[in-house]
Amino acid sequence: MSYIGIIITFVFINNFILTQFLGLCPFIGVSRKTDSAVGMGFAVIFVMSMASLATWAVYRLILVPLNIEYLQTISFILIIAALVQLVEMVIMRISPPLYKALGIYLPLITTNCAVLGIALIGVRSNYNALESFVAGIAAGLGFLLAIVVMSTIREQLDREWVPKPFRGVPIAFITAGLMALAFMAFDKALLKSLLG
Amino acid sequence: MYNEFTKGIFKENPIFIILLGLCPTLAVSTQVVNALGMGAGVIFVLLGSEIFVSLLKDFIPDRIRIPSYIVIIASFVTIVDLVMQAYAPSLSRSLGVFVQLIVVNCIILGRAEAFASKRKLGESLLDALGMGVGFTLGLLLISAIREILGAGTITLFAVGSFDGVIRIPGLSSQPARVLALAPGALLVIGFLKALFNWLEMRKEAREAWAVAAPPLMPAVAAATEGSAAEAAPAPSEGGAS
Repeated sequence: MSYIGIIITFVFINNFILTQFLGLCPFIGVSRKTDSAVGMGFAVIFVMSMASLATWAVYRLILVPLNIEYLQTISFILIIAALVQLVEMVIMRISPPLYKALGIYLPLITTNCAVLGIALIGVRSNYNALESFVAGIAAGLGFLLAIVVMSTIREQLDREWVPKPFRGVPIAFITAGLMALAFMAFDKALLKSLLG
Repeated sequence: MYNEFTKGIFKENPIFIILLGLCPTLAVSTQVVNALGMGAGVIFVLLGSEIFVSLLKDFIPDRIRIPSYIVIIASFVTIVDLVMQAYAPSLSRSLGVFVQLIVVNCIILGRAEAFASKRKLGESLLDALGMGVGFTLGLLLISAIREILGAGTITLFAVGSFDGVIRIPGLSSQPARVLALAPGALLVIGFLKALFNWLEMRKEAREAWAVAAPPLMPAVAAATEGSAAEAAPAPSEGGAS
């Protein structure tokens, strides 16, 4: 698949949140305010692109040559946990303002299934290094898109009257369901007609 | 002791009350058989990792406990993944990447950290069973709603001449297909969570009444119950429309 195809696939057609349900916990948890949603979105893009590249390297250069592919779950989750720590330390040294903006979201990302998800999907789809990296960025962009739209809707919802049992999480899920309904317009046929 | 088991099923149900482990819940709940397979996998991983964490808690240094727990959990997930690929290949294919994603299911790390790392083996075992069964029941409820309304079928394991699919007359010819697709999952969990909130609120209101006006209580409780039941929307109907 071409790089543009990968980007369209992961941002729209297989949007991680709205069609694959990966990364729902931060999506529901951090989407109350647009500012924090944007921060979380960029942190996820950053970590996902790094993680898919790092796990690709470990899988192709260590696990496959040694014939120990069955260790991928264990090794991937440890790589991601270590990577998040590393990214946190590097950002803290290089750019304190960026750290202030992203810092609190980074630890939350370790247990975000979206990061492990993109690593596993990259391996299953037999992507090369650059394709994995692009897929990571695209999936992160899809996450950013969904969480920013969601947070603006939720800020609006705060001013509306909602029946009491639906307040908070339930209405957030129903909103996400309606967004997912809209995203059903993006399907494989669209990709075909766009790229020929 | 018995309480350690039942709390996971009702009072602290991981899916509906504390909202943990949602990603696999929504993704694999398209068919009842997927819910059963996923539930079995999660129960096994929960049991294995809670037992190991509980046994090893005195040997694992505090500073590296989270990575150690993750390694323990990932080992059990690998076992489940490989066993499923070998003995239930079709189930393994339909669950896809979500079998491996059990490792980041917050229920498991959450229980290891909050419960098994502090309690004795027996209690941890019951806690794991209760949480696992509670997760499976929640998953079954969601997948049953989605499959019955979205496809008009209930898919179970194929045994002998029975192909494992129960078709519901009337529904299987004209199902509300959207419920079996991605948006349906989000709508169903939203309405179910609202239903559980409403039940909780009703219980609290009734307890408040009982304290505030004891002599009037039976009549008032009956009256509020009747009107509240009428006022509340039925969750499945709302999801289907």
